[in-house]
Amino acid sequence: MSARRIFARPARLAAIAPYLWMVLFFLVPFAFVLKISLSQTVIAQPPYTPVFDLTEGREALTAAFAQLSFDNFRLLLHDDLYILSYLRSLVVALTSTLILLLIGYPIACGMARLPQRWQGVAMILVIVPFWTSFLIRIYAWINILQHDGLLNKILLALHIVSAPVVWLSTDSAMYLGIVYSYLPFMILPLYATLSKMDASLLEAANDLGASPRRAFWLVTFPLSLPGVGAGALLCFIPIVGEFVIPDLLAGSDSLMIGQTMWLEFFTNKDWPVASAAAVALLLLLVPPLLLYDRLQRRQLEGNS
Amino acid sequence: MKRLSRCRSTASLRPLSTGGESGLKDVTSSEASVEAAKPLPEPAAPDMPLLRIESVAKSFGNFRAVDQLSLDIRAGEFFALLGPSGCGKTTLLRMLAGFETPDEGRILLGGKDIAPVLPHERPVNMMFQNYALFPHLSVRDNIAFGLKRAGMARADIAARVAEMVALVKLEGMEKRKPDQLSGGQRQRVALARSLARRPQVLLLDEPLAALDKKLRESTQGELMELQRRLGTTFIIVTHDQEEAMTMADRIGVMDAGRLAQVATPRNLYEAPASRWIAEFVGDINLFNGQVMSRDHSRLTVSTSEAGSLTVSELWPPVTKDVVCVAIRPEKVKLSRRAPASDEGGSHGINRLEGVVADVNYLGGVTTYKVRLESGAMVRSSMANTARLDVDAYLAGQRVVAWFTADDCMVLEQ
Amino acid sequence: MAHTVTRITRFNMTSLALGFAFLYLPIVILVIYSFNASRLVTVWGGWSLRWYHEFFNDRAMLEAAWMSVSVGAVSATLATLLGTLAALGLARGERFRGRALFSGMLYSPLVMPEVISGLSLLLLFVALNAERGFWTVTIAHTTLTMCFVTVIVQSRLTSLDRSLEEAAMDLGCDPVRAFLLVTLPLIVPAIVAGWMLAVTLSLDDVVIASFTTGPGSATLPIRIYSEVRLGVKPEINAICTLVIALIAVIIVAASFASKLSSSRGESAAPL
Repeated sequence: MSARRIFARPARLAAIAPYLWMVLFFLVPFAFVLKISLSQTVIAQPPYTPVFDLTEGREALTAAFAQLSFDNFRLLLHDDLYILSYLRSLVVALTSTLILLLIGYPIACGMARLPQRWQGVAMILVIVPFWTSFLIRIYAWINILQHDGLLNKILLALHIVSAPVVWLSTDSAMYLGIVYSYLPFMILPLYATLSKMDASLLEAANDLGASPRRAFWLVTFPLSLPGVGAGALLCFIPIVGEFVIPDLLAGSDSLMIGQTMWLEFFTNKDWPVASAAAVALLLLLVPPLLLYDRLQRRQLEGNS
Repeated sequence: MKRLSRCRSTASLRPLSTGGESGLKDVTSSEASVEAAKPLPEPAAPDMPLLRIESVAKSFGNFRAVDQLSLDIRAGEFFALLGPSGCGKTTLLRMLAGFETPDEGRILLGGKDIAPVLPHERPVNMMFQNYALFPHLSVRDNIAFGLKRAGMARADIAARVAEMVALVKLEGMEKRKPDQLSGGQRQRVALARSLARRPQVLLLDEPLAALDKKLRESTQGELMELQRRLGTTFIIVTHDQEEAMTMADRIGVMDAGRLAQVATPRNLYEAPASRWIAEFVGDINLFNGQVMSRDHSRLTVSTSEAGSLTVSELWPPVTKDVVCVAIRPEKVKLSRRAPASDEGGSHGINRLEGVVADVNYLGGVTTYKVRLESGAMVRSSMANTARLDVDAYLAGQRVVAWFTADDCMVLEQ
Repeated sequence: MAHTVTRITRFNMTSLALGFAFLYLPIVILVIYSFNASRLVTVWGGWSLRWYHEFFNDRAMLEAAWMSVSVGAVSATLATLLGTLAALGLARGERFRGRALFSGMLYSPLVMPEVISGLSLLLLFVALNAERGFWTVTIAHTTLTMCFVTVIVQSRLTSLDRSLEEAAMDLGCDPVRAFLLVTLPLIVPAIVAGWMLAVTLSLDDVVIASFTTGPGSATLPIRIYSEVRLGVKPEINAICTLVIALIAVIIVAASFASKLSSSRGESAAPL
């Protein structure tokens, strides 16, 4: 037994309560999603069948099991609405992640090169918007982007455009909103790796004849790839399932998968299809989630 | 037993300090000669040592950190565990503190096995390498921390803290937080904190490693004085031989989880138990060779690099013929000509002719490398006893490197 | 030192300035327009507190605000408690059976799309026949936000010098007391930061709350959301400004509290 093991026992005991909580409120609910995704829609409360009722005995239970089917998943595969919204989600998430990377990298780079005491300030400046409500930040953009909003006013005043431009309910507005909301998530992991980088590495590259630009591409960028990966995943995964931003800023002609789910659930009251869509979305996200989980664990648990 | 205690009190290696020229050796009987050449026996141990480590072993996975190690430590001793990094010395210390439990063996403290006792229930305290001062507590609260846990009365705690603060000369700093202290002050707080509970044994893990050289030297002195005053048993882990030599009564040299030798600093240096220790502790010239003849306790060893060498045999005598002759650089003298007082080699003076290949002036001493005809290098270091360089040799100069038989050690391969 | 590779360049400065302007201008504009006297959000009609007045007379909004604040406070406190315990298990529990599942359950909600978390919790509550309202939203928010608390506290615990706990044990503490007397005081800043983050995340959430709440118990974000879908309203600007102010107060108070309790030179982990 070692000192670490002396501490391990009470620490494990401490983890029992959160463990049970997460099993009950995170793991078990997925079982319900899975089960209901295989059920049929009915107009009832709850609006699906079969309902497992353990009090009805074993036979009723087997009968209930027999009712489960993959019909909902077949629907997802054959209805353009779902396939298109999946594709759109992927495209939007990929494009946004790329834009975020392009905008976030220079900012993170600039932060990492600030004098030490200003780095802390810059760090707080990046985090503070994250603390202010995300809904409020989207709303702030609606203020600016609306028909007679500030942006159009400025553009008209500068004679860049002659008539107000429609910004709201467009993809540009949605991308703007997504980039705006997720920028801190991209900057922070990038900054974390860039600021840890030894400045003398660049000086060594310079000393060995690399121009600053080449030094960046040969040294800084390859070494920052873990940060790039973490930032990209931290943005990509939630953007795929994003609901509020496309709902408020994008047009209603093409939907992301989160919106489709919402629609099926709240408007069409089709819980089984919504659940099936959720399962499909989750399957889509499993590889990036696993990757992210590994990155997280490596970062949090160090080399020990 | 009597002889042992005499040797401890004289604390000298063997009665040959006057050097080879005294002629003393030649007239002593062979028995006396054996006695004289014998390394100083270890200081006397009372019947029951304070701490007895009995064939303790500890593995981490496949790595055997401590391997069947046994050791006795007396009450009031200043003991140093010396070894290269990874030799298991810190693991041994952590087992004494209770942070690791041995896989095998017993650790007896005052006759009671403490191996299964948890760290907070042991009458042993530890001073950590990085001090591990609680950053949220003041100096006073850091020192009082262990006393409060022991359930001491409030007034007694205050008195003990004041005593400890005075002991480590930190008066006026009681309200400071650790990050408001210098490195040396932090070291003192850590020391006071670990001593406050009056442990039977204080364990010190590289206590001076974080200090700069000057501060380290003065702190060594203070630590020794403190130990003498309190009479507490100190066990220190260090990789710094000079530190171990300066402070410890006895040194245990560890290698690959085992104790290679336990000896007083002087014995460790002048009578290493093996070639590995001879090379690990200090600087040394080594010549491999074969025992050609034995005359009383004098051996003649034929070496390929330095020709025939005459050496005094240590106790116990070597049993094998293939040996290694070792000589410390400071015992190799250089001169322009061979020393005059050579009466047919009866004093056992070895002479090696060569050319000075390299000279390094280090202030107090100058080290020379002399290339012998065989191509082998002999290192010599000579004290710069005069300010002017009248005694200095230049690179390229022909010299004679010489040393007496008594200054040589013969080690088994 | 005219032109070294590590020096901050004009390009760096420009990207920083533009980046921060991008992050902050919309919020500043929103706050300014909340004090606009004009009903038209885009026409400046002079300074006024009219819309704040309107909000404080809007019963439905006030109820929603109260619901949000109480859900936020209760769920954040629960989440901080559970998250800290979870972090302790992960950072100090060494290897144990089910550890991978545990950390997976704790890390994935950080990025899990809210529609999925919301839907799955709702299905659970329906299956359990739980009455939807304050408690279901609170449980949902606790589940989500405790993961953030875990990450923050765990990273502080792993960066903490383990020899401090050993020193505490060496000086006579059993493991539990070593945690209470040494570890806990040192991770308070992270715990406070975790609580703050939990409150703000709870005050921010529309999607999960929409799924898990029942009729008649809407949270403030749900109300704001449904108003915003209908267009810009000055009253919403006022509410948003108040929310920002509330969060600012929480951040300032919490960082002050953590500064008091932590030792000098250690700042609260912001994320």
